[in-house]
Amino acid sequence: MQKKQVYVYKAFERFWHWMQAILIFFLAFSGFEIHGSYTFFGFQDAVKYHNIAAYMLIVLIVFAIFWHFSTGEWRQYVPSFNNIAAQLNYYIFGIFKNSPHPTKKTVLTKLNPLQKLTYFGLKILVIPVIVTSGLLYMLYRYPQRHGIEALNIESLELIAIIHTIAAFLLLSFIIAHLYLITTGEKVTTNLKAMLTGYEELEEHHNEEKKSSSEKSE
Amino acid sequence: MRKIVLILAFFSLLILIAVGFFSQKDYEPTTLMKLKEKYSQKVNSSVDHSKFTSLQQNFSSPQHVTATCIICHNKRHVEVMQSNHWNWEREEYVEGRGIVYLGKKNAINNFCIGTQGNEQSCAKCHIGYGMTSEGMVYTDSTNVDCLVCHDNTETYVKDLEKGGAPVSTLDFNAIAQSVGKHGDLDMAMFETTKDIDVHMGIDGAKLQCVDCHTTEKHNISGKVYSLSSMNLDRNTCEQCHTENPHDDNILNEHSIKVACQSCHIPTYAKANSTKMYWDWSTAGKLKDGEPYEEDDSLGNHTYLSIKGSFVWERNVVPDYIWFNGTASHYLEGDVIKDTTNPLVLNQLHGSYSDNESKIYPVKIHVANQPYDPINKILIQPKLFAEKKGEGAFWKDFNWLTASEVGMKEANLPFSGKISFIKTEMYWPVNHMVATKENTLDCKSCHQRENSRLTGLNDFYMPGRDYSKIVEVGGVWMLILTLLGVFAHGAVRITLAVRSGKGKQ
Repeated sequence: MQKKQVYVYKAFERFWHWMQAILIFFLAFSGFEIHGSYTFFGFQDAVKYHNIAAYMLIVLIVFAIFWHFSTGEWRQYVPSFNNIAAQLNYYIFGIFKNSPHPTKKTVLTKLNPLQKLTYFGLKILVIPVIVTSGLLYMLYRYPQRHGIEALNIESLELIAIIHTIAAFLLLSFIIAHLYLITTGEKVTTNLKAMLTGYEELEEHHNEEKKSSSEKSE
Repeated sequence: MRKIVLILAFFSLLILIAVGFFSQKDYEPTTLMKLKEKYSQKVNSSVDHSKFTSLQQNFSSPQHVTATCIICHNKRHVEVMQSNHWNWEREEYVEGRGIVYLGKKNAINNFCIGTQGNEQSCAKCHIGYGMTSEGMVYTDSTNVDCLVCHDNTETYVKDLEKGGAPVSTLDFNAIAQSVGKHGDLDMAMFETTKDIDVHMGIDGAKLQCVDCHTTEKHNISGKVYSLSSMNLDRNTCEQCHTENPHDDNILNEHSIKVACQSCHIPTYAKANSTKMYWDWSTAGKLKDGEPYEEDDSLGNHTYLSIKGSFVWERNVVPDYIWFNGTASHYLEGDVIKDTTNPLVLNQLHGSYSDNESKIYPVKIHVANQPYDPINKILIQPKLFAEKKGEGAFWKDFNWLTASEVGMKEANLPFSGKISFIKTEMYWPVNHMVATKENTLDCKSCHQRENSRLTGLNDFYMPGRDYSKIVEVGGVWMLILTLLGVFAHGAVRITLAVRSGKGKQ
């Protein structure tokens, strides 16, 4: 089959991805300072910056959710258990023997089965947990005389620990994610695709085609 | 592609600027500006006492002065005589004890132990004349000492051991015509700088004691928890500064659980040393049959034959406790339940889960006091007498006779055995407020090592606390992920290099 430059990642998708990446790095960096792991901004500034970045991330997530549903892109993340073993097998053995990717990337199935499962977990578990626990952390009210009883939470401990667990999970995802970017056709293929939107894919008859002359490079 | 990278860089910059912009607020809070304005106004007295002819007569005694005062101020002495400052006790409700009359009369303290039997000496600081050695309540209204508080010549001094009478050399006319006024509270506060106290510094807000300790009908607001046990009539920072004095909401929220004093008084005893430890057990040593004293390089007594040994400190970092404004006290005759640990003479109540409690800075003063190991009660020794041979420790230096006489005067049993026990007093630190530049920063508490709140463990504090399991588990997960990534990458690189060579 012939290879063609295909427009895989739409403008908003790339914007969302990169803003999320910047914000998550920033949140992790300021967050682990608040956690007491090191000193950089100073505690007070770290808290301030962390809170502001958190609200920015929430706004971004709201837009992303809207985009995913309005474009139907959410279907990309529905996990399928077909070929999971093949995909695992590829990462553990095939990749070293220069075997081909077991699943074909197309505009309609951008994600391989392992990615689907991981991103699905991130989207319905880790992100909601870190956002909810983070909001509770920020809006936490000490047990007090004044104010709304229902908002009182006796102890911050559980909220803080859950938030920390989610942060560790997200951070190890990022490490693995950064590495797996390099496992494309070439080391830079996936990175380039997420930056420009275009990727060289095997042509598929039902797909929209764009000529390579249109791409930005 | 270069364009896209540039756009991304631009967006990152935009995020950083936005974060910086939203977090920047650096103007003076308005409540503080209003307060500064209010207290910068000077008040002029509407009366000049030096013009009154009745105050130009020759006064024969301090009582004569008081009698003259109450010709015009003809109800004031009644107010004074109803106040707890006069009566040395007040009605208090104490948890677990019910309603008690609590005050200098029956509480034991960490310093000169108690007043019983020693009243004539104790009265040298108090607001009446003619206290007898039996602690007779002064009932004659001319015994009210107006001048000890209202003298503006700053010459009025009480005689040391005359039951509250002033020294005999005073110019009562000049004083009568001029009338018009602990660790964190010492002589240095009278005329101080804002480095010592931001409110009272003559280069600061120039406030006087009574600006906060507002006084109505001779009842002075504010409490000393050496003798108080109810959460009433306290002076608070909030009475002027409101509950939300900061510009930053996160700081304001702290005021629900943290007293202002905790951050705004980083150290106490900033000018003069404060007594941290008093050991009565070493008292009574004599040189050539005479009592003596030893001082340190700063002039603080480190040993006095009449009182024992002292430890002094300066610029002391407070201890921190939960405190809800109530306390219970050791009163004369109370049986000590636990003689193995220090006995707390004024237990301040509070905990994280108690809605009324906040974290307060305290000075913990420790003493080593005489107690009766058989009856398990603190001994109230007879300390002061005018002559030798009456059993007073300060004249005769004999613990046994001083205890016998003292306990008899206090109407308490005494077994004849004397031992010493560590006692603690908790003094909330309220004065010597620092300038805002010198208040504590977040890190003083929100850090893993050396947090000032290391001792308060009944709650979770960000920056200080973490779950050990999550921490170890999380770090190992990161390490294993990294190792996995590096191992996988290393194999790929090695194989790529080998196959590259193979192709060549």
